[in-house]
Amino acid sequence: MTELNIKMTKEIELLRLVTVGSVDDGKSTLIGRLLVDTKGAFEDQLLAVRKQRGAETVASAAEIDLAMLTDGLSAEREQGITIDVAYRYFATPKRKFIMADCPGHEQYTRNMVTGASTASAAIILIDARNGVMQQTRRHTHILGLLNIPHLIVAVNKMDLVGFDQKVYEGIRSEMQAYCEKQGVQDLICIPMSALEGDMVAVRGENLAWYEGLTLLETLETLSALGDIDSKPFRFPVQLVNRPQTAELPDYRGFMGAIASGTVKVGDEVVVASTGLSSKVAEIVTFDGNLQEAFAPQSITLTLEDDIDISRGDMLVHPQAVPSDTKELVANVCWIGSEPLSVRKKYLLKHTTSTVKAMVNSIDFRRNINTLDKESADELEMNEIGQITFKLLKPLFYDSYADNRSTGSFIVIDTFTNNTVGAGMIV
Amino acid sequence: MSESEITEHKLTQLKALEAESIHIIREVVAEFRNPVMLYSVGKDSSVLLHLARKAFYPAKLPFPLLHVDTGYKFREMYEFRDNYCKEVGADLIVRRNEDAIAKGMNPKDFGVARCCGLLKTQGLLDALEEGEYDAAFGGARRDEERSRAKERVFSMRDEFGQWDPKNQRPELWSIYNGRIHEGESVRVFPISNWTEMDVWLYIREEKIPIVPLYFAKERLMVERKNMLIPYYEEMKDQLLEGEEPKMVMSRFRTLGCSPCTGAVRSSATNMDEIVIEAAAARRSERETRIIDHGSNSMEDKKKEGYF
Repeated sequence: MTELNIKMTKEIELLRLVTVGSVDDGKSTLIGRLLVDTKGAFEDQLLAVRKQRGAETVASAAEIDLAMLTDGLSAEREQGITIDVAYRYFATPKRKFIMADCPGHEQYTRNMVTGASTASAAIILIDARNGVMQQTRRHTHILGLLNIPHLIVAVNKMDLVGFDQKVYEGIRSEMQAYCEKQGVQDLICIPMSALEGDMVAVRGENLAWYEGLTLLETLETLSALGDIDSKPFRFPVQLVNRPQTAELPDYRGFMGAIASGTVKVGDEVVVASTGLSSKVAEIVTFDGNLQEAFAPQSITLTLEDDIDISRGDMLVHPQAVPSDTKELVANVCWIGSEPLSVRKKYLLKHTTSTVKAMVNSIDFRRNINTLDKESADELEMNEIGQITFKLLKPLFYDSYADNRSTGSFIVIDTFTNNTVGAGMIV
Repeated sequence: MSESEITEHKLTQLKALEAESIHIIREVVAEFRNPVMLYSVGKDSSVLLHLARKAFYPAKLPFPLLHVDTGYKFREMYEFRDNYCKEVGADLIVRRNEDAIAKGMNPKDFGVARCCGLLKTQGLLDALEEGEYDAAFGGARRDEERSRAKERVFSMRDEFGQWDPKNQRPELWSIYNGRIHEGESVRVFPISNWTEMDVWLYIREEKIPIVPLYFAKERLMVERKNMLIPYYEEMKDQLLEGEEPKMVMSRFRTLGCSPCTGAVRSSATNMDEIVIEAAAARRSERETRIIDHGSNSMEDKKKEGYF
């Protein structure tokens, strides 16, 4: 690595992605392959894996159980399954990646929703021998619901179908048709063999008929942040900064991370809840004041006028204010062990504000396999449905389809304090 | 912030990580009654402290730093700690498990696990209880070790400070659930998503001061079980058979207690060289930490309350 390379490493962008699929699809093998081929796994970690497999196994690089690298909990290694979301890190000279590795079984839908919530791209694994399964459709539907900008279908285990192009094309056209129905915009299909390495980080020799990019090339070229900076300005206030020192006796700075859009010094901003407005006086950071800031930067704003603003308020663009409601309709993925039921009370945490809410109605439950709407009295763990909540005070929001930051919330059980639901505002 | 960083509204990955970490630190201060920042004097702590200063600028840090000292840290670490905390105006609290120290706890006679358990884990739990802290920031990263890869940003601890990996709260989007019951607490890891490489690049980029032990120098070392252990005069009686101190050009990739932290042979004397070395590294940084070896050790220790 030279001076020039340090500069590149510093300037690369971050892409968050999620991989879904079951153990049988070779997901852990694929991730292991990415880690090994991008040197994201260190030699001593590889050695530790070899040690655990015992003396009877041949420990050649090709035969390392790559899954052992990624399953972090002892219970997972015992059972040979991935229970929880694990986060993996690797980088190429072009990009750094944070990968949420999610278990595929139906009972772990909640983990998939968790891992996918922050992702800009998703890799769905399909075993080429089995083709598009019910599980694949379920995953694709959920990823569509979570509004993941890019979906990548990895048609894996091509080595076990003789690298047959026809098998791949069949799966590709079926997925394309399904995704069109789901409204998924950006779908990319790639044939590969994670075990042999073909089309993961390198092209290999077995898939000469495939003309597209390898998986890694694809990940390096997708748009990383999406378009959150081109959406209307949204600034949920986390804290009010009041140093009250001799030098700064009257300083009031509003601290937060920009959820979407941009802000410039002199811009008019409005407090969503009160309609009070002012102009941005300064954009303060430790490294000096800025003229302009954009999502997802963490900044502090000072305003020209002394208006009432506290945690939970949102500063917004005056010409594009969010909607407000006391009756919130949302798609909810239930992740709590106690089912959601009508008339039950919860807390909703939305950006930096927490409101009391009551379940007014379960509009429908989505059959996760057939995708049909069903009527239901409860929503059990791992089920998804449309819920109408009655709120104690109004919530200022955008639809999840428009804005993942101001359109999402978590449901908190008031008794256990656990996070029991993931909400996407309709 | 330079011009190049805001053209086309693109954030470099380091700036994206920085923004995420600052958001997390602010959420904790907003939602908890009495937070504290664990400060181990190492490079990750240096980054964490730097991020916290950025988060609350121009105000002072709204929480104290807590150093759980084992008495076995390198002399250079103590010097650095006291000078740097004074320089940035941080409120530093130092706590030690005086009971165990008085009983002469050491890794050689009592074993590494027992020594760590008492001086670090128990020391930490006692200090957290004494201070009645409901949130403790730590500089752990998910890329360090595979059980840490499963750790949440807000990691719940029960009344005994224990971690239950199978029963963790899902974390969605960037909405953190800070609600806890009386007696419970959270460990918060704002740099969860940083890698060792990110830490070094950020230290270089932001010119963050770090303990000089991270830079290569001719140092007096003892070679033990393929590890380079720094030699101090007072260790004379602890030398094993055949061991002989000698000068080795070396540095530390990670800093822990002196009897249990090894150095690596290196000629990296400045930040550029360290970054280049980190990029070329074929072995993970925790390899030089004796504490991590043995099956499952980190997961077990974490369950008991270790950081």
